[in-house]
Amino acid sequence: MGAWQSYRLRLQRKRWRIRAFRKRRELKRVVSRTDQIRPTDLLAFSTLRNEMARLPFFLNYYREMGINQFLIVDNGSTDGSLDYLASQSDVSVWSTEAGYKRARFGADWLNWLQSKYGHGHWTLVVDPDEFLVYPFCDTRPLRALTDWLDASSIKSFSAMLLDMYPKGRLDEQPYEVGQNPLEIASWFDSGNYTISRNKKFGNLWIQGGPRARLFFPEAPAKAPALNKVPLVKWDRRYAYVSSTHMLLPRGLNQVYDEWGGEKASGVLLHAKFLDTFNNKATEELDRKQHYAASVEYKAYANTLDENPDMWCKWSEKYINWRQLEILGLMSKGNWA
Amino acid sequence: MSVGIVMLVHTALDRAEQAARHWAMAGCPVVIHVDAMVPRKIYSGFVQALSDVPTVLFSKRYRCEWGTWGIVAASQTASELILSEFKDVRHVYLASGSCLPLRPVEELIEYLEERPRTDFIESATTADVPWTVGGLDQERFTMRFPFSWKRQRFLFDKYVELQRCLKLKRKMPKGLVPHMGSQWWCLTRQTLTAILQGADRPEYDAYFRHVWIPDESYFQTLVRQFSTNIESRSLTLSKFDFQGKPHIFYDDHLQLLRRSDCFVARKIWPHAARLYEAFLTDPAGAMKRTEPNPGKIDRIFAKAVERRTRGRPGLYMQSRFPNEDWENGVTAAPYSVFQGFTEIFENFEPWLSKATGARVHGHLFHPDGVEYAEGQTTLNGALSNSAAARDYNANAFLTNLIWNTRGERQCFQFGPEDNQKVIWRMARDPNAQVSVISGAWAVPLFRSNLNFMDIRKEAARLQKVESDHLNVLRSPGAKARIRIWTMAEFIEAPMEPLQGILDEIGQTQARRLAEVPQMVDLTGFGQFLQNLKNQGMHPYLMGDFPVVLGPKPAQDRPRKPYLVR
Repeated sequence: MGAWQSYRLRLQRKRWRIRAFRKRRELKRVVSRTDQIRPTDLLAFSTLRNEMARLPFFLNYYREMGINQFLIVDNGSTDGSLDYLASQSDVSVWSTEAGYKRARFGADWLNWLQSKYGHGHWTLVVDPDEFLVYPFCDTRPLRALTDWLDASSIKSFSAMLLDMYPKGRLDEQPYEVGQNPLEIASWFDSGNYTISRNKKFGNLWIQGGPRARLFFPEAPAKAPALNKVPLVKWDRRYAYVSSTHMLLPRGLNQVYDEWGGEKASGVLLHAKFLDTFNNKATEELDRKQHYAASVEYKAYANTLDENPDMWCKWSEKYINWRQLEILGLMSKGNWA
Repeated sequence: MSVGIVMLVHTALDRAEQAARHWAMAGCPVVIHVDAMVPRKIYSGFVQALSDVPTVLFSKRYRCEWGTWGIVAASQTASELILSEFKDVRHVYLASGSCLPLRPVEELIEYLEERPRTDFIESATTADVPWTVGGLDQERFTMRFPFSWKRQRFLFDKYVELQRCLKLKRKMPKGLVPHMGSQWWCLTRQTLTAILQGADRPEYDAYFRHVWIPDESYFQTLVRQFSTNIESRSLTLSKFDFQGKPHIFYDDHLQLLRRSDCFVARKIWPHAARLYEAFLTDPAGAMKRTEPNPGKIDRIFAKAVERRTRGRPGLYMQSRFPNEDWENGVTAAPYSVFQGFTEIFENFEPWLSKATGARVHGHLFHPDGVEYAEGQTTLNGALSNSAAARDYNANAFLTNLIWNTRGERQCFQFGPEDNQKVIWRMARDPNAQVSVISGAWAVPLFRSNLNFMDIRKEAARLQKVESDHLNVLRSPGAKARIRIWTMAEFIEAPMEPLQGILDEIGQTQARRLAEVPQMVDLTGFGQFLQNLKNQGMHPYLMGDFPVVLGPKPAQDRPRKPYLVR
């Protein structure tokens, strides 16, 4: 890594920060409880649209884990999500009608909120359909993890996206408000992930899982990225480059060991594939607000019409984090 | 006679207060040293909170930065205070605010009562232990360290380099032999006063002030001067990870700590409410009076360090992606690759499966699709049979397959028509058992119904590909178990090579091979090769094939398989 390259990355990082600064004007504050944030609080950031059904479970899941405050951007919801969020005592919410795509899929908005409110805090950036699982999450709160990361001088924690799906057709088991979506979408692919190194940013690029298996069997290169670094001890100089897949400065992407060892890591259970998904895919196709002209959603819509069962004989049923550890999807590293 | 506790505290004062009360309640006087970095207001609140306990005192505060003299100075003054204020203290126990007594304090008192002259302090010569992390062992004692490791790392490193470069060395005070060990000790009044009131103390202090991490060496070295009875171990259970940081105990370690039989454990996570509740408020007695036995807990932490430094062989994932040659095992388990066997034998796959009990796949890397065993469309781990998905990262496909099927031996066919991108990974994988019958690709061509010119072209291509593959297998970097026969050589005596392969797979019955798989009819194959030669395309990988396959000469010696490394 030459000096020239690192200088260019530095410029890029500044560009993202300036962009986030400009995009702040698109955010309209609805309710701010940011004055209640204490210096040691764990913060969660999220962007969402029409997620009323999922929100109650989502907020409770992370409250129980130990998140103290939520900072959420509502991107033009019409189903009452905004009012619901505003009524929660630990949620600060901003609303915007601006384009999700123009804000680099929400990254600009969250980069701004994080730099303003997240400085010096452990920040978790998750979507409402992503559920973090980390080593010992059944017996230790998130603060145990962040304390340990602090003590180990680790600033970022990796959690790969693991697509969860139900057995049978997606519309067979309807999702009810407040329900644990993992009760329905409880299956996953355990061992079909491919990894390559992104030399420029130093992160790993992970693809695979059911989406690659079903929607991109002939074009695996187009399959979505699954690598994520959602938990970061934030500094106002940091910036997410592309969703939470990678960050700058690039040292934060070094969440993997290159000399044979295993670093500690978690998993984001991605409960996207529920009965609500078909509608969402159709809607997103019209809006064209998703990555690469919604190529993903196009592929989904085509495939899901024909064969909506994502389950196969070798699918694994989710039990707990220890199962994911044994399967090699996450690791305890040297946390014992 | 009792035990006095010196407690060094810098955070989680509420937990320290709990522990101090626990000690005091059991009759142990406590002297607490609070880091000078703790704000005055919080400190006075802490003192206030403990003011109702007469046997808890506070000593002069020093700044205790990790690796510096402050911690030793703090232990010294606190020890002096406890020895002068509490005359009946015989042993002084150095503990921290995040230490938790696991057994009833009376048992500790009793234990020490029975050993009134013993000093419990881990103390080993630097030359003999591999504890130090970061390369500074002997040099801790011979260099100066004026810069903070935590805050001024650059200067710290540069200054060490400079001293190495200039070969600057400090002299140890006469008669001292450097020893190191855990900073948590329990010393007798006799030994401690000898250290603290010794005539040479100013000289020693001046020396150790600039030693790196003196809290791990000051008492550990001096105790060797004065003590008559050293038990070189710490009574405090404290485990360190590969970076030299202490492991932290959480609620879920409760059973583990119970079984350790240790007197005191550190370090406890301040929010581990269940641990504090269980060990500080339980009317003890549940624990049996046994020697401390941290060995039970050792295993779990040793495993954690192993996982962090070596990892699980053959696993490639989000937080383990080793560079080439650093994998500590390219794949997770042994597997076998067969090249040219299905071409020569009619029923090789079912036969192999029967003879070994292994899972036998077809050509996993075939360009038209992945040929899993029993025609499955997906395999363990939901690997798909799409050729495009496989070829997107063929190496990962192989390592995934072997990882997903750990516990069951995998065998698959390979050939020059398959995706060749994996050959290098297989060749340098000690888990791979590669058996090649070179030139066997010509048999399907021979039996095919293609035009001869097409056959000639295809034969030339396959021969080129296989020859490149063999070069890789024969290269010095190849670490697999590799066997190569020419086709001519193999069909002369097929039993022996097959037996050798099966023996190595190791799941065969004890008796020798009874049946060989059925060989295809090769009548006319020699002539076929001759025709290719006549067309200017010399097939050489099969070895010397007679034009007419006559009856075998009787004097033929059985050939031995050879192993190419």
